[in-house]
Amino acid sequence: MSSQPIIEARNVDKFYGNFHALKDVSISVHHGERVVVCGPSGSGKSTLIRCFNALENHSSGTLVVDGIEVFEGSKDVRKLRQEVGMVFQQFNLFPHLTVLENLMIGPMKVRKVSREQAEETARKYLDRVHIPEQAEKYPAQLSGGQQQRVAIARSLCMETRIMLFDEPTSALDPEMINEVLDVMVELAETGMTMVVVTHEMGFARKVADTMVFMEEGRIVEVAPPEQFFTAPSSERCRMFLAQILEH
Amino acid sequence: MATSGTASLRGLPIPKPPVHQQLLNSVPVAVAIYAIVVGLIVYGSFAGAQNMGYNWQWYRVPQYLYSFTDDGFQWGEITIGLVATIRLSILSFALATFLGLVVALLRLSGLVVGSAVAVGFLELIRNIPLLVLLYLFYYVLGPIFGLDRYVASILTLAVFHSALISEIFRAGINAVAIGQWEAAKSIGMSTGQAYRYIILPQSVRFMLPPMTGEVVHLIKSSAIVSVIAVAELTTIGRNIISDTYMSFEIWFTVAAVYMVVTLILSIGVSFLERKYTVDQ
Ligand SMILES: Nc1ncnc2c1ncn2[C@@H]1O[C@H](COP(=O)(O)OP(=O)(O)OP(=O)(O)O)[C@@H](O)[C@H]1O
Ligand SMILES: [Mg+2]
Repeated sequence: MSSQPIIEARNVDKFYGNFHALKDVSISVHHGERVVVCGPSGSGKSTLIRCFNALENHSSGTLVVDGIEVFEGSKDVRKLRQEVGMVFQQFNLFPHLTVLENLMIGPMKVRKVSREQAEETARKYLDRVHIPEQAEKYPAQLSGGQQQRVAIARSLCMETRIMLFDEPTSALDPEMINEVLDVMVELAETGMTMVVVTHEMGFARKVADTMVFMEEGRIVEVAPPEQFFTAPSSERCRMFLAQILEH
Repeated sequence: MATSGTASLRGLPIPKPPVHQQLLNSVPVAVAIYAIVVGLIVYGSFAGAQNMGYNWQWYRVPQYLYSFTDDGFQWGEITIGLVATIRLSILSFALATFLGLVVALLRLSGLVVGSAVAVGFLELIRNIPLLVLLYLFYYVLGPIFGLDRYVASILTLAVFHSALISEIFRAGINAVAIGQWEAAKSIGMSTGQAYRYIILPQSVRFMLPPMTGEVVHLIKSSAIVSVIAVAELTTIGRNIISDTYMSFEIWFTVAAVYMVVTLILSIGVSFLERKYTVDQ
């Protein structure tokens, strides 16, 4: 881990109208670090990581991602997004395009690589997520787990340096959760910088370098997993863990 | 427990409508009813014409559709008029679509000025009758900008229909899930790229049915340009009548020609629609 953080948020606040969604949030993520964010519903987890790729604009504080300062109206937003991939809870694949086209459209239209090269990259990452045989299908013809793996591959095709995941498995049937988590574990092993919002604590134990617990718009706890799971310092975090680890 | 309303129906197949309703909705019955109604209207007008001693001359009509002369096969005036109407409609529709898209994008842009301009334009167009709009373009803007009657007609139709088309675009664009925008943006697409490659292609299937209606509407309203004597189907029909006094035959024929064209269009598009749903 180099000393220069690849994501650095300092005293970030976010308002939706009058609603205070992020309260004085500070966090740094280093190159190659895997951060798992958890916390109760409505605590601001999605809001936080959506600020990282400027899908939401924070209201005050400073946020620097991959050397690019993020702020509302910044001209560098597209440059930033080319370095930060995002995987959504609802997959958000493009339903009118085949799997292969889903993977190729970003590189071709945004990075302006040739069709041949885009296809080569697409097939490589489709292999990486273990569904090379689905290339010609449309998203609606795939299972949820396969769709989410395509979504991960779509992000990988942009060859980003950071990947954000917003509850990537919570829209999946239980039997498909592991196939997606396995892909994410393999991705973690390649050294990708990852910020993952999830309540899959088995996954967190396996890959996380840092655990983050949020509540009511604040970061309440930041700790390495050993400490986080055995001796969290806040009472709220302890209760939350007890609750979700019951299952 | 007294479950009632929709809650108890959830997960069950939609109940079949009663038999008489199913019958009424079936295609053969609909066609039969339609045929009876049209038949009554046609019979009524023929009977009425008979009573006023109208002299039917249907045998003189075909020459206005096509003819064989010494020079060989020739299209008749009505057919030529139809081609002119189609050309006028295509040009107007193309321009209307472009204008409509611009207005819709302005409205959706989130720019205060942009949406103010768009809303102002929409209100203006919506509240001017088509005929008055045509007079404005031909008699007022025409001399100022040197528009001939054909250009004035195209502009009138395009501007008038662009207002309705922009609403179709807006609804179609809004019907695409917000997650599609987020996915497009998060792979680094610009707003323009997101529209072009992700949003608009998906909104086509929402826009096809109302857009077809709009084309049919435009073809029909193109008849209005006959008041400034642009050569198209209706104008030509009128000219033939002033030469031959066959008003009943010619107006029936002209009406039938409009109907055939718009019906063919509707049927064609319903096939296209099917294709778009299958592809998803
Ligand atoms: N666009 C918005 N407008 C207004 N309020 C919003 C908006 N998006 C989120 N919020 C509110 O901000 C708070 C934090 O939302 P966020 O989605 O970040 O929570 P979360 O921790 O991701 O929760 P979940 O586990 O349910 O996904 C919630 O109370 C939510 O209602
Ligand atoms: Mg969330």
